[in-house]
Amino acid sequence: MATSSGRTLYDKVWEFHTVDILPTGQTQLFIGLHLIHEITTAPAFDMLRERGLKVAYPERTFATVDHIVPTDMRTRPFLDSQAEELTRLLENNTRQFGIDFYGVDSDRQGIVHVIGPQLGLTQPGMTLACGDSHTSTHGAFGTLAFGIGTSQVRDVLATQTLAIDKLKVRRINVNGKLAGGVYAKDVILSIIRKLGVAGGKGFAYEYGGAVVDNMNMEERMTVCNMSIEGGALVGYVNPDETTFDYLKGRPFVPQGKGFDRAVAYWKSVTSDQGARYGDVVDLNGAEIEPTVTWGINPGQAVGISEKLPDLSGHSDAAGLKRAYEHMGWQPGAPALGLPINVAFIGSCTNSRISDLRAAARVAKGKKVNPAVRAIVVPGSAEVKKQAEQEGLDKIFTEAGFEWRSAGCSMCLAMNPDKLKGREICASSSNRNFIGRQGSPEGRTILMSPAMVAAAALNGKIVDVREYL
Amino acid sequence: MATVTRIQRVVGTAIPLRGNDIDTDRIIPARYLKEPTFARMGDYPFFDERFDAQGKPKPHPFNDPKYCGGSVLFVNKNFGCGSSREHAPQALYRFGIRAIVGESFAAIFAGNCVVMGLPTVTVHERDIAELMRLVESNPQAKFTLDLAARTLACGTGEIVPVELPDSTRTALLEGSWDSTTMLHANLGKVKSRAATLPYMTGFKA
Ligand code: SF4
Repeated sequence: MATSSGRTLYDKVWEFHTVDILPTGQTQLFIGLHLIHEITTAPAFDMLRERGLKVAYPERTFATVDHIVPTDMRTRPFLDSQAEELTRLLENNTRQFGIDFYGVDSDRQGIVHVIGPQLGLTQPGMTLACGDSHTSTHGAFGTLAFGIGTSQVRDVLATQTLAIDKLKVRRINVNGKLAGGVYAKDVILSIIRKLGVAGGKGFAYEYGGAVVDNMNMEERMTVCNMSIEGGALVGYVNPDETTFDYLKGRPFVPQGKGFDRAVAYWKSVTSDQGARYGDVVDLNGAEIEPTVTWGINPGQAVGISEKLPDLSGHSDAAGLKRAYEHMGWQPGAPALGLPINVAFIGSCTNSRISDLRAAARVAKGKKVNPAVRAIVVPGSAEVKKQAEQEGLDKIFTEAGFEWRSAGCSMCLAMNPDKLKGREICASSSNRNFIGRQGSPEGRTILMSPAMVAAAALNGKIVDVREYL
Repeated sequence: MATVTRIQRVVGTAIPLRGNDIDTDRIIPARYLKEPTFARMGDYPFFDERFDAQGKPKPHPFNDPKYCGGSVLFVNKNFGCGSSREHAPQALYRFGIRAIVGESFAAIFAGNCVVMGLPTVTVHERDIAELMRLVESNPQAKFTLDLAARTLACGTGEIVPVELPDSTRTALLEGSWDSTTMLHANLGKVKSRAATLPYMTGFKA
């Protein structure tokens, strides 16, 4: 392993995992961990069979069901025959190829990006791929993690490698200190707003600065999760003591001497002092407010005290116009007080225990506005269990939220949890795209889980800082 | 094993699709991802923008008879952002799209297109505006995307320079875009590389 100074974590992990430079000039990159779920994999297994290929490293792939599973009635067969079929196919494929599978009856089931870290499968200095764009989440551990398509899933299954090109690295420093009531979600929404939804094209984002250094692992996952919404395929944080403490004792993390050796390796991959970056961006954490989206992409966001933006002079006036047409709002209207009909707390962005604690703190002893349909969907069976041990489920149900089992649920509405008609949803998820939550006319306002809870109580967007 | 198909040029009429940040949820709504194969994806591209709740067609370039049969798709910025679903390029391909020309593409979408043998090439903002105007005023205009020459020739005789990553261009030109064969041939090297990674042995050494 060469050690020249001035290198980033990305450079080092890339080099350690480079198998070869292919005739096309692409790198053949070894993938340390491969996570799969029911939606993007069935055709990949079919392609393997068509070509008579085996899975090269079945012990490096792990499977769960999250996207399509119902979060209320879990008895099999599922009421939705397509959900049942895709789940069966994954069960059969993982059995045939010798891959570990955590189904709805497993206490390890959950959203792939929640269970990977929770089980200690996700580790620093590793490459990780999954047929899902929010694979960037795992970058919180100093993992080089990215989403791939189905044909690439086939490649990873068949060879444990991918043919890809290297990215540049942009360092994003979030300096200073966050104010109370401002969460990791507000940080990443502010970054995307500043750099744009395509701003990260060609880059991996390395997050740092005092605000990120002080974040716990769950907050770092929220930030890295939405790198892809900023156009960056990869987002990561250099591993530190916070990372090592989180990993210690988890099922797939080595113990004793092995753990010490692991930490030594993990430390060795962190970016050098004076690492060379393709670009550096600085943000002042103290200036970040609770932030909400108002439009149809995650970059169309405003601080809670701001008004919705004007079209005039905007570089993408046509895009803004379309967003206003869909949302039915006017430029210049205040973000505060926008109405909602549905509240969704969940998704791989914000469904971990600390997210549920933050939302429960707001909801405790209060009532959901009677006009609002509100659901809480924990990110994994483990998070659900932990929350129930802490009594969070009671806080939510007494306030009028539905308390569900783990899955993606209303983040992408492939299960029965969907918006209807023109409903507006305050959502802790990551995408406010047209139709994303299951209704072509539906509307989504992204925000932190605590802000969703506060919106649920009031039937409109409020400033969570008044409820803490 | 898949047969080698070299993709050197794409010739056809075009479909203009205006707008930045067209995400893969719009290209293919999530409910169609419930199908276990890609076989029917060609029926669904932009479904919710093309049809209302009763299934009545809405005005959309993909519904417009004057662009029927178009195989080159013109788009603006950050096309294919969002979800990694390969169903999106599969839907476009199976609808009949054989090349996409735009201002910029989202990373995962572009990666998916390469592995399927669907070229995505970028052109200058000025050029795409001109190309869209041209096809809107003359839908019968033929275009020739030449990957070797890195050009897009319009029926009018005009030639626009296009860009794409060298690795992608080579993969398409040489027919190695279906990467499995190439990667699989290296399994020996994969094994040696894996042996140097400390986590592969659970940090035993
Ligand atoms: S929670 Fe949403 S964004 Fe995350 S993996 Fe599931 S569908 Fe994708």
